[in-house]
Amino acid sequence: MLKVNNALVTAHDVSLKAGGRLILDRVNLAVRPGEIVTIIGPNGAGKSTLVKVLLGLVPQTSGKVEKQAGLRIGYVPQRFPIAMNVPLSVRRLMTLTLAANDAEITKALDETGVAHLVDAWVADLSGGELQRVLLARALLRRPQLLVLDEPVQAVDFHGEVKLYELISAIRKAHGCGILMVSHDLHMVMAESDHVVCLNSHVCCEGGPTAVQKDPEFAKLFGPAAARMIAAYTHHHDHDHESHSHEGHDHAHDHHGHHHHHPGHRH
Amino acid sequence: MITPTIITATTTTIRAIATDMLDILSEPFFRRAVIAGLGVALVAGPIGCFIVWRRMAYFGETLAHAGLLGAGLGLLFNVDIAVGAVVVAMILALILIALRRQKQLAVDTILGILSHTALALGVVVIGLVTGAVTGHLDILFGDVLTVSTRDVWVVWGVASVSLLLLATLWRHMIAISVHEDLARAEGINVQRTELLFTLLIAFVVAMSMKIVGLLLITALTVMPAAAARRIASTPETMALLSSAIAAVAVIAGLFMSAAWGTVAGPSIVLSAGLLFVLTLPLGQRS
Repeated sequence: MLKVNNALVTAHDVSLKAGGRLILDRVNLAVRPGEIVTIIGPNGAGKSTLVKVLLGLVPQTSGKVEKQAGLRIGYVPQRFPIAMNVPLSVRRLMTLTLAANDAEITKALDETGVAHLVDAWVADLSGGELQRVLLARALLRRPQLLVLDEPVQAVDFHGEVKLYELISAIRKAHGCGILMVSHDLHMVMAESDHVVCLNSHVCCEGGPTAVQKDPEFAKLFGPAAARMIAAYTHHHDHDHESHSHEGHDHAHDHHGHHHHHPGHRH
Repeated sequence: MITPTIITATTTTIRAIATDMLDILSEPFFRRAVIAGLGVALVAGPIGCFIVWRRMAYFGETLAHAGLLGAGLGLLFNVDIAVGAVVVAMILALILIALRRQKQLAVDTILGILSHTALALGVVVIGLVTGAVTGHLDILFGDVLTVSTRDVWVVWGVASVSLLLLATLWRHMIAISVHEDLARAEGINVQRTELLFTLLIAFVVAMSMKIVGLLLITALTVMPAAAARRIASTPETMALLSSAIAAVAVIAGLFMSAAWGTVAGPSIVLSAGLLFVLTLPLGQRS
């Protein structure tokens, strides 16, 4: 049982079963104010599901989620389909569920560098612009906890670096806790305070450097990926395609491994 | 070459058509049809927007077919068929909401099963009760030219209540349509809003039975909304445009029916389809 006194949100032994499959297996996790916690893991590891359980969008089968009373959360979901959706301007998107004046809207958009898009149509935004608008939208709620599910998807590599820098700047400016999900291992490592390696259960966790050296981490992502991340911290040169491929293959291996040891816990 | 003769001839023809239109408008049955049809169009606009945004066309279709079963049961138990339609459509709506949580079957498969079961069962029941389904084609395709003054009042009564309810749900429904999880995470009661909206569809389905019929009501909601989507830049203008397009479709369909003796309900839906095609060259606004 995890005991964290000043945590914004805490998961205690959270399990989720769906269709006879254990999606989440006794997960413990906590996010404190001013801390960036990143959940990493292969596709299908239950990362987004864990986030949804923490947000109260999906009920857990067992375990407990504790949130600080009156906690203000800003959420950027993993998928945001805009084709054939409601015709919306960015301004309107910002104020869908809360009232805000023009100055507040501009300030939030300015912080994520997209103030010039306030009158643009949401459907016209690029992937990176949309992520920044959604981030600004979350900031407008003056969140104590920011929950970002795959914040760099549909963003090119250069945009990815910029977005991670932005997230880091937001943490410094607002002092909010940030819970981030990623299947990208690269830059996550540089900005996170705490990394949780998830594959249904928490395989390993700790500071970025400690996690990289953990044998469970190498088992989950493969030694090549682990080496690549180490290399990344020195020079930002890497091959995105082959990397994500590798992560996936090894995730597959691990799944088989996990199957042989159903009682395996960490 | 446009000669004065041709102009005169054209003017005479237009004048003749206009006179015919005015003549038919002076007929009380036709005026009742127009007024009742406009009531349906007014509600069909915004409802259709949500059906388009939330990809609920098949869902609406299923509720309409449930309405047919309800109408059949109404005939069987000697209850007003509109009441039967509302009740069965609501029950089916609740079943569908419950079934959406399971993961054994895809939602559209469930809709496919329930929708056609309700349609088949409805036709069977009506056939058994009345001896022949053909006498009740009005339930399927509407019979707007025979609406009574009472029908008109019922349509506008239900339309007013529906619009009021819709106004209270509006902001929440927009947020849910944009992103359901996001809306829920930001404190919107998704379940309650969806339940009320579903019940609203059930009411509108029953109300429109006499106007365009159960087989075509979804078309009258979806087509104007799809047309409006191409022009509108905000959710509100899309809803208003949608109602306006539905209203034009109602009037055009009724005149088409009067001019050529076509069945009114399908004529209205054809007009709506034509209006959608006319918006195609306009291109997507956003």
